[in-house]
Amino acid sequence: MRFAFTTDQLALRDAVREMLVKECPSSEVRSAWSNANGRTAGTWDALMGMGVLEALVPEAAGGLGLSVLDLVLVCEEVGRVALPEPFVEHALVAAAVVGSGHGSMSALVGPAALSVYADSVDAVLVEDDERLLLVAREGLVLERQSSVDHTRHLFTVDWSNTEATTEVGGPRECADAFDRAALGNAATLLGLAQNLLDVTVDYTATRSQFGAPIGSFQAVKHKLADVRIALEFARPLIYRAAYSLSVDDIDRSIHVSMCAAQVADAASLAVRHALQCHGAIGYSDESDLHMWMKRVWALQRAYGDPAWHRERVARAILDKT
Amino acid sequence: MDLSWSPTEVEFRNEARAWLAANVPSEKLPSGDTSDGFARHLEWEQRLFDARWAVVSWPEEYGGRNATLWEWLIFEEEYYRARAPQRVTQNGIFLLAPTIFEFGTQEQRDRYLQPMAQGTQTWCQGWSEPDAGSDLAGIRSTAVRDDVAGGWRLSGQKTWTTRGAFCTHMFGLFRSDPAAERHAGLTYFLVPLDAPGVTVRGFGRLDGDEGFAEVFLDDVFVDDAMVLGEVNDGWKVAMATTGSERGLTLRSPGRFMATADRLVQLYRDIGARASDPALRHAVVQAVIDVEAYRLQTLATVTAIGDGGKPGVTSSLTKVFWSELDIRMHDTALALLGTAAELEDNGWMKDFQFALSGPIYAGTNEIQRNVIAERILGMPKR
Repeated sequence: MRFAFTTDQLALRDAVREMLVKECPSSEVRSAWSNANGRTAGTWDALMGMGVLEALVPEAAGGLGLSVLDLVLVCEEVGRVALPEPFVEHALVAAAVVGSGHGSMSALVGPAALSVYADSVDAVLVEDDERLLLVAREGLVLERQSSVDHTRHLFTVDWSNTEATTEVGGPRECADAFDRAALGNAATLLGLAQNLLDVTVDYTATRSQFGAPIGSFQAVKHKLADVRIALEFARPLIYRAAYSLSVDDIDRSIHVSMCAAQVADAASLAVRHALQCHGAIGYSDESDLHMWMKRVWALQRAYGDPAWHRERVARAILDKT
Repeated sequence: MDLSWSPTEVEFRNEARAWLAANVPSEKLPSGDTSDGFARHLEWEQRLFDARWAVVSWPEEYGGRNATLWEWLIFEEEYYRARAPQRVTQNGIFLLAPTIFEFGTQEQRDRYLQPMAQGTQTWCQGWSEPDAGSDLAGIRSTAVRDDVAGGWRLSGQKTWTTRGAFCTHMFGLFRSDPAAERHAGLTYFLVPLDAPGVTVRGFGRLDGDEGFAEVFLDDVFVDDAMVLGEVNDGWKVAMATTGSERGLTLRSPGRFMATADRLVQLYRDIGARASDPALRHAVVQAVIDVEAYRLQTLATVTAIGDGGKPGVTSSLTKVFWSELDIRMHDTALALLGTAAELEDNGWMKDFQFALSGPIYAGTNEIQRNVIAERILGMPKR
C-alpha cells in the first residue's frame, strides 16, 4: 500500500507548472477572453514540446507511454492557471485513442452536448451510438454557443453529412474515453479551486478594514478553512480515480464519479467564499477572480453534473443486490 | 502508488476477522458509559488483551503485535465491521499511550502501558475546567512544589471528564508556575483517582448516559514519577495527545465505514421512503465522504512512513469526520421517519453522541482557527 506520487510524477508536474506560470499568466487568459479563438499564443506548442499532449500515446507510437496517473497532476496545473486550451480533450481523451499525428483535437463524449474549441482544432473525437469517431474539422457543421466563460468557444457539432470520419473505438473505448475526460476535468477543477483559495488567502492578508487585515477575522478565516477542508477531501478521490484508470480497476467508473461529484461541490464552495472574501473588488471584471469563477461554473457540469455522477455511484452501490 | 494490500496484510485481516467473528458478544453490551456497562466492557478488554488484539500496534512486551500502521488501520476496519464493543480504554490506549511512548520514562512505560492495555488501569482525560474549555491555556488548577515530600500538591477542578466516575486514573494539565502565563508554566501529571483529596462526581450527558464527571482535587499529593515530560513543558506534551485525539488514532476510518455500511443497509431495508431523491443523494454522499476520509488517511499513513508528521493537518480531519458523522446520523433518522424518536431504533442514541463530535477534542471553531492560521497562514488577531 502506498498512496503517494513518485518523484518522476512530481517532477513532471513541476516542469509543467514552471512553464505555465511563465507562458500563461492571468494577462494571457484575459486576452483569450476577447481574441479570435479563445486560446493562448504559445502554450500549446510548449506543451507539445514537453510531450505532455501525447503523454498517453504508447512510446512505440511516438508518445511518452505514460498513464492517467502520471497526467493527473498536470491537469491540476492546467486548472491552476485557468489555461484556455482543450488540454483534457486532446491529451486525456482524443490522443489516448487515436495516437499522434492528427494535429490538435477536441472531444465530445458521454453526456456532454457541446464541444469546446471545435472551430480551431484539426479534428474532434465524437461518441456516436457507442462508437468513437474521429471527424476532421472540415467535415463538421458547427454552431457557436456562448459560454459564461468567454474563453470557451463552444459548439454544437453535426457530423451526419460527412465522409471524413474514422471509427476508432467501440463501447469499451467510449466508456473509458468519457471516464478519462471526467477525471481530467475533475483534476482541472481541483487546480482552479486551489488557486481561488490561494489568491483569496493572499488578498485577505493585505486588505485592511477596522484597522486589521480582514484575514484576521474569524468570520473570514472559517470560510477559507471550509474551502481547505473541502479540497482536502476531494483531492484523494481524484488521485485514486486516476490510479484506478491507470490499472483498469473494475470499479474505475464509480471512482471517477465519486471524485467528479466531490470536486464540483468543493469548487462551488471555493467560488462562493473567494468572491465573498474579496467583496466588491471580486465582483469587478477588472479583478482576475471572475475568470477563474466562470471557468469553475463551466467545468463543474461539463462531463456529467454532480447529480449525474452521484446517481452513477448510487446505482452501483445502493441498488446492488 | 500501489493501492493493494500485501499478502501479509491480507493474512492479518483474515486472522482479525476470524477472531472477531468467533469472539464478539452476540448480544450488544450495555453502554460502556454507565457503571454496569463499563465493568462488562472491561471483561471484553481483557479478552482482547489475552488474544493480543487490544493494542496491535504496540511492541510485544506491552501486549501488542508490533503491527504496522497499515495493519492497525485494517484491524480498526475489521473491529467496527464486526460491530465489536466500544473501547472504554480508548483515552488510555489511543491518547495517553502515544504520549507515554514519546515523552515517558522507561519506568513510566513499564508501570502504566500493560495495565492500560489490559484494562486493569483505566484512564480519563483531565483537560477541561469550568473556565477553561476551548481556551485550554486558561487552566487554573495548580501544582505546588513539595520539596520535602519529593513531589507536587494538586488542587482545582476538572470537568466534562468522560468516564471519570469509572476510571482509576486521570491524566491532565496543571499550572505549576504561577508566574508564567497561558501556555507556559503548565505540567502534565498522571493522577491516581484513589489518592487522598480526590473527589469524583458523575453526571449525565445529552445521550442519557452518566458518562460525564467532575473531578475535584484538594491538596492531592503525587510524586515526581507522576510527571509526564518536563516540568513546565506540559503544553507541548498535551498537544501531542490532542494530535492523536483529532486525527488518526481515536477516530480511524473503519468507524465511519461501518456507519456508512449500516446507512446503506437501512436505505435498502426501508423501501418506499428511500425513493426520495434527496435521501438517496444524502446516502450516496455519505458513502463518497467516507471513502474520501479512508483515502486521505492512506495518504497520511504513507506520509508518516516517509518520515512526515501529521501535526496540524489533524484539524482538517477532525472537522471532517465529526460533521460527516452528524450528517450520516441525520440521514438515518430521516430514513426512519416517525420511528426516529424511538430510543432503541439503533440510531437515535448514536445521533446524540455524534452531536458531541464537533465539541470534544477541541471545538470545530478552534479547529477552523488552527486550519486558517497554521495551515493557510492567515494572520492572527
